[in-house]
Amino acid sequence: MSRQSRRRSEKQQIDWHLPSTSSTGSAYHMGTELFILTYGTLVAQLCEDCEKDEDINKVLDKMGHNIGTRLVEDFLARSNITQCRNSYETAEVIAKVAFKMYLGVTPRVTFWNQAGDDCSLFLEKNPLRGYVEIPEKHSNLLYSNMICGILRGALKMVRLQVDIQLLHDSVNDDKVTEIRMKLMRRHKAVRTVEKEQKHPVGT
Amino acid sequence: MNKQEMADEALFQLLHIEIVSYVYKSAEQGEESGRCVTKLENMGFRVGQGLIERFTKDTARFKDELDVMKFICKDFWTSVFKKQIDNLRTNHQGIYVLQDNKFRLLTQMSAGKQYLEHAPKYLAFTCGLVRGALSNLGIKSIVTVEVTTMPACKFQVMIQKV
Repeated sequence: MSRQSRRRSEKQQIDWHLPSTSSTGSAYHMGTELFILTYGTLVAQLCEDCEKDEDINKVLDKMGHNIGTRLVEDFLARSNITQCRNSYETAEVIAKVAFKMYLGVTPRVTFWNQAGDDCSLFLEKNPLRGYVEIPEKHSNLLYSNMICGILRGALKMVRLQVDIQLLHDSVNDDKVTEIRMKLMRRHKAVRTVEKEQKHPVGT
Repeated sequence: MNKQEMADEALFQLLHIEIVSYVYKSAEQGEESGRCVTKLENMGFRVGQGLIERFTKDTARFKDELDVMKFICKDFWTSVFKKQIDNLRTNHQGIYVLQDNKFRLLTQMSAGKQYLEHAPKYLAFTCGLVRGALSNLGIKSIVTVEVTTMPACKFQVMIQKV
């Protein structure tokens, strides 16, 4: 016997379309919850597979890098951001637009150094850590290291080389996650130039 | 549908792809593909358990099995994949077939028979998701999936009578 599942108006009563700034915001969190829970299972699996925390951190970073290279296209398509003129703008865009869009939080950008290319992103409430408790034996685990990888991969695709480190992940009493970001240099655009042939191609 | 919602989808899809690729890469040393599928399914199971707890926090108690399956097809699928299951069939004896004609995790992969042999890798997690969701609703089941033409797929749920 077959049943067609009908789109009933009762579906509209479940308001999945609440904007993230609404006070009840719970509908928005539903979207990130899937991601948060999946990320948690991934880290749990990695803890089983790898012996050392450093290896786990590396794998998370590498996966983040792969995700970031693709995510940046999605980000640029959705956000219509124009080119940033300096590193301040870059950091602001990352904090205010990108983080907001994907994780629903806006980190604080502070601690700029003299040269203006080194800054810290402070996440008061790291959404990835929502349902997580890290046991003692994984004290060196940088749980949110994938975020660093994602930022690194994404910025690489827009030709910015960055050195990103997760300084504190909200462990134990530390409630704050801090990501240190240093913009190193711009990659030169690779242009294919017609070169003179030294040896003419034989017929 | 606002941009915020769809953004979450992209993030999850990319993470899912990376997880599949990681599990298969770390199994290169002589493990069979069956083990990888099991690993992915178990990960999905754990996520499904967590998700269903969140979703059903305020919902009324389910009347029967069919009610649970309808919830999965409509509300659960909408929350996770932003669309409903297109077709639900049952033989009223514990077997349900959920048909999704445009499965979100497969739409970007192919629209036909190309890469068909790779489809199971990307469906294992979702099978676990459904199994985990049902498990925390008190239903023990086995979930399998069948793909003949991407991106349509059929999830078959076999309820285990304890």
